[in-house]
Amino acid sequence: MADAKAYKKPLPRIDEESRGFWEALARHELYVQRCRACGETRFYPRALCPACLSPDIEWRRSAGRGTVYSFTVTHQNQAPGFREELPYVLAVVELDEGPRLMTNVVGCAPDAVTVGMPVEVVFDDVTPDVTLAKFRPR
Amino acid sequence: MSVRGKVAVVGAWEHPTRYAPHMTPFQIHAESARAALADAGLSIRDVDGFFTSGVGPIGILSLCQHLNLRPDHLDSQAIGGSSFVSHCIHAAAAIAAGLCRVALVTYGSTAASERFAIGTGGGFMSEPPDNFEAPFGPTIVGSYALVAQRHMHEYGTTSEQLAEIAVTMRRHAALNPDAKYREPITVEDVLASRMISSPLHLLDCCMISDGGGALVLTSVDRARDLRKRPVVILGGAETARHPGAGRHDLLDIAAAQSGPLAFARAGVTPADVDCAMVYDSYTITVLATLEALGFCKRGEGGAFCANGGIGLGGALPVNTDGGGLSSNHPGMRGIFLVIEATRQLRGDAGPAQVKDAEIAAVHGTGGMLGQRHSGATMILGRA
Repeated sequence: MADAKAYKKPLPRIDEESRGFWEALARHELYVQRCRACGETRFYPRALCPACLSPDIEWRRSAGRGTVYSFTVTHQNQAPGFREELPYVLAVVELDEGPRLMTNVVGCAPDAVTVGMPVEVVFDDVTPDVTLAKFRPR
Repeated sequence: MSVRGKVAVVGAWEHPTRYAPHMTPFQIHAESARAALADAGLSIRDVDGFFTSGVGPIGILSLCQHLNLRPDHLDSQAIGGSSFVSHCIHAAAAIAAGLCRVALVTYGSTAASERFAIGTGGGFMSEPPDNFEAPFGPTIVGSYALVAQRHMHEYGTTSEQLAEIAVTMRRHAALNPDAKYREPITVEDVLASRMISSPLHLLDCCMISDGGGALVLTSVDRARDLRKRPVVILGGAETARHPGAGRHDLLDIAAAQSGPLAFARAGVTPADVDCAMVYDSYTITVLATLEALGFCKRGEGGAFCANGGIGLGGALPVNTDGGGLSSNHPGMRGIFLVIEATRQLRGDAGPAQVKDAEIAAVHGTGGMLGQRHSGATMILGRA
């Protein structure tokens, strides 16, 4: 597990709207929210449904499988943490449960990534408190 | 209440500087204000509405102090580079509603001399959506690249077609003595430039320059007595696009909503437009915007932009000043879109003049096209 001080990339601010999501990730489980009022499955997690503003939330565990909806191989980023890891793949992955989320595709050569590529979640424990959901080819 | 035809742009000025380490951004705002008011034949004492963005959370107050303005109406709309197009839309509504009579819009930035890495630097606001994006390293160019990659996947758009947009902008810049980059480039040059964020190469990206400008707007009634031929605001609209609940279509950009609404308000169609000024932060921005505004069908932007289609003499001349890709880009370019459209409709565009230009479309994009962004469309007409 990485040392929190050595980790230079931006860390998410874990707030009351999203705490359950981040705590699940730390257990290596990926969850999405579903609205009990209108049935919309959403990402990112938030207190009220962005479709109907209902506060009635249900957490659903994602199977962690999806496909690459779009991606870019980043060759230039001056920000600390990223500039040491160029090139890296920034991607939008569509989960089988529906929602699309921003992530990194890892575990393959950047040039091997394609739109539509089947991927699965991999949990990256970047600090003792924060785990990020990244994806690799499946 | 419709604002159609009630308000005109009567003063417009683009600061010629592209690199100004000896100037402050506020000085560029002030010099631009002075010149645009002189262009209109008005005085700073006539200004009772003030519109600006990009000077910080309450920076409009500092700028009021710097210019010694005590306006009756203030608007510091901050939706990125499109803000200045939005300022004009808001100013037209405010003037038509009687909230102010003479609106001043200003912009000034020393992004280049301060060495801001706008497109490829870090920036983390820690607002809720950022917490689910910033940890993965989206740059601004990367956000637009996600749209380009998806467009290529859905429609077979090519890097060559995107490169043609950069080539055309450079051809226009060659006619603009103030443009930063005027040497001709080829499609091969664009493709051979280094990859920044695939599929976008260095020459698919706008520059970072210093610069600024200003606009003066007033009622068409008052405009008749002023110095320059007025350019009339026919209609405008603005909106936002974002991933929402996570079911977004990356190609359904804000322009697809603001464009049709602005055209309807203006009472014209894309077929009536003689030239268009669209935010060219990246080549893909131009392609996606022209499709969304309805100049061609979704998926046909590559063919529309190729073969000089958006060049002078083509079906729709776009960014006749050379745009952000070749003329200037101090971080938020929206004001220059309106200034160049004004030049065209006044017949003051010199060697870049579109013959008999009567209707111009302007579209600003602000923010990150693949994440949260704004779109502001305005239709202008010759008086």
